Amino acid sequence: MRVALFVTCVNDAVFPSTGVATVRLLERLGVTVDFPAAQSCCGQPQFNTGYRAETAPLVRRTVRAFEGYDHVVTPSGSCAAMVRHHYPPFGAEAGALAPRVHELTEFLVDVLGVTDVGAYFPHRVTYHPSCHGLRLLGLGERPRRLLEAVKGLELVELPGAEECCGFGGTFAVKNPDVSAAMGADKITNALSTGAEVLCGADNSCLLHVGGMLRRQEAPLRALHLAEILASTEEEPWR
Amino acid sequence: MSDRKGRASARDEGRRPGDGRAFLGMPAFPEAAREAVGDATLRATLRHATHTIRDKRARAVAELDDWAALREAGRRIKDETLRHLDTHLLRLEESVTAAGGTVHWAADAAEANRIVTGLVRATGETEVVKVKSMATQEIGLNEHLEAEGIAAYETDLAELIVQLGEDRPSHILVPAIHRNRGEIRDIFREKMGSWGRPAPEGLSDAPAELAEAARLHLREKFLRAKVGISGANFMVAETGTLVVVESEGNGRMCLTLPETLISVVGVEKVVPTWRDLEVFLQTLPRSSTAERMNPYTSMWTGTADGDGPGTFHLVLLDNGRTDALADEVGRQALRCIRCSACLNVCPVYERAGGHAYGSVYPGPIGAILTPQLRGTASEVDASLPYASSLCGACYEVCPVAIDIPEVLVHLRERVAEEGGKGHRLERAAIKASTWVLDHPGVLAAGERLASATRKALPRRLPGPGARQWTDHRDLPELPAEPFRDWWKKNRT
Repeated sequence: MRVALFVTCVNDAVFPSTGVATVRLLERLGVTVDFPAAQSCCGQPQFNTGYRAETAPLVRRTVRAFEGYDHVVTPSGSCAAMVRHHYPPFGAEAGALAPRVHELTEFLVDVLGVTDVGAYFPHRVTYHPSCHGLRLLGLGERPRRLLEAVKGLELVELPGAEECCGFGGTFAVKNPDVSAAMGADKITNALSTGAEVLCGADNSCLLHVGGMLRRQEAPLRALHLAEILASTEEEPWR
Repeated sequence: MSDRKGRASARDEGRRPGDGRAFLGMPAFPEAAREAVGDATLRATLRHATHTIRDKRARAVAELDDWAALREAGRRIKDETLRHLDTHLLRLEESVTAAGGTVHWAADAAEANRIVTGLVRATGETEVVKVKSMATQEIGLNEHLEAEGIAAYETDLAELIVQLGEDRPSHILVPAIHRNRGEIRDIFREKMGSWGRPAPEGLSDAPAELAEAARLHLREKFLRAKVGISGANFMVAETGTLVVVESEGNGRMCLTLPETLISVVGVEKVVPTWRDLEVFLQTLPRSSTAERMNPYTSMWTGTADGDGPGTFHLVLLDNGRTDALADEVGRQALRCIRCSACLNVCPVYERAGGHAYGSVYPGPIGAILTPQLRGTASEVDASLPYASSLCGACYEVCPVAIDIPEVLVHLRERVAEEGGKGHRLERAAIKASTWVLDHPGVLAAGERLASATRKALPRRLPGPGARQWTDHRDLPELPAEPFRDWWKKNRT
């Protein structure tokens, strides 16, 4: 089984720790991971802003980078959704990549068949299901089941969990006031849980919510699910 | 007519007319939304109202085991009907005519307004009562009639609140959703007298008292009116039957008491048969008011001697619909049955309110319908496809499965191609980003540069994009090295 990591451009540049955590987690589960250096961005920002022609070179690059791999794992629901839902119209090769790309929790639960990954994370955590993972991929209970199996972790319900955090790619800068109002409500709900960690499976959403949390100096930090699952008693995550 | 003069002057002072045309010149969505976001009362009112309806809808839909099948049937019926729209409309015309009605065809708002005005004039009347109707709002009929010396009285409770308040509707189903009880009491107290029967002395903000005040005020209009104007939720081609689905019964008053009934209906409202109608009579009430069945479903077929209006006119309205039909992606918006479920789940609508959309069709459906019906020449219309985070909640609840995010992205493409305000610069920026991302060597060098200078970044940045981001959020702390460098050092 040849497995490639599709780290995504946001994680590569801004959240490399999520990529490192994903590698550590998969290797711990016995998976040999490869990182094809030709990979870049899936083209989602260009596509969703209405620039289809400008998306095409990135689709071609992504398809080439992951040629020959049985599975492509990515710690991002929205990038996985981009490939799965929006690549097929770009041609047969792009369409062929679509079913081989798995969001991390899908890969763990569906391909590897595990929900207890042997993680240890003694903190109170609340989970925000990002929209594209929730509605486009239908991740359902997968992330929750993985979190519930983490030793020491107390999972608390996030009120209004299924409401968008307000990131939405270029939406955050094209409609900054509405975006910030949505983010503020997400934060109010997260703080009401008394959690120490707001966990998500999409760092682009956490870039937005986490940035607002830091601006407010709130007693809550945003953290990617992979980093919680990578944490063990022997090697706790930060 | 002294009361009408009073209204006209109030309108001149208020400058918040309900005229579809008055939406032109609206600021782009982000600017209009900024005002709403800053209004704490409005935010609380909208949050409470949308969450209440949203939760009730979810329960009403969950009761049906075959919801997914009904949704698919609704989608299919609408698509098949739209594919052969010409045939179904001609059949409808034939059926309506055979049943004693007269059918008129209106290519645009101006033609529809002209037809309706002529029909009212022919009766010799100078006032009409109206059933709640989106189509007549879309064409600005009330304002047109007023200019022609004909008073149009809205009789739906929420539309009455909007009309008396010299206001604009902000929701398809609940047009006065932006008003709370106290505001409604004040509007009734101040304005009812200049339109007819004044509000009772000492009117409070208790819902029962407000409803009674409206009832007394409207009863006078119903009993006097000789002409009624309506829209329709559905038109059944096989029998020429029109259908209005409502809650209050005020619509039925307008549909049955007057001598003349004029219905203005968008061409996409036709369904071929009663069997087709059955599907929507299940999905519409549950999706809109979260009811298993709505209290009043009125159906009429042409005219009948001594029972209801003796004269019936149907004005079939295009007004941009066939243009939308020609767009392979955008045409699915014409499936819409105006239930408003997408508005009630939309996080953007909840914060921005309906007025920011600059159209009688607000919310997610408005963001894809308005730019197709009106085009994207105005600033507000060009900004609508971007008024969404693409969260997909709208698509999930839509009872006719309109993939609203798909159409939004499609319309963004159209707006970007037209190259209006800011889009040439945006295209250049997007092209540049694609080039960098398509050259991993350049990308990595950029990442390394950002990491090396990370301590020097200020908390707030200038420039388009960066300023909007850092106004509300801290930038992330950039890592010491990009992932690709970690990989190179540790795994190769």
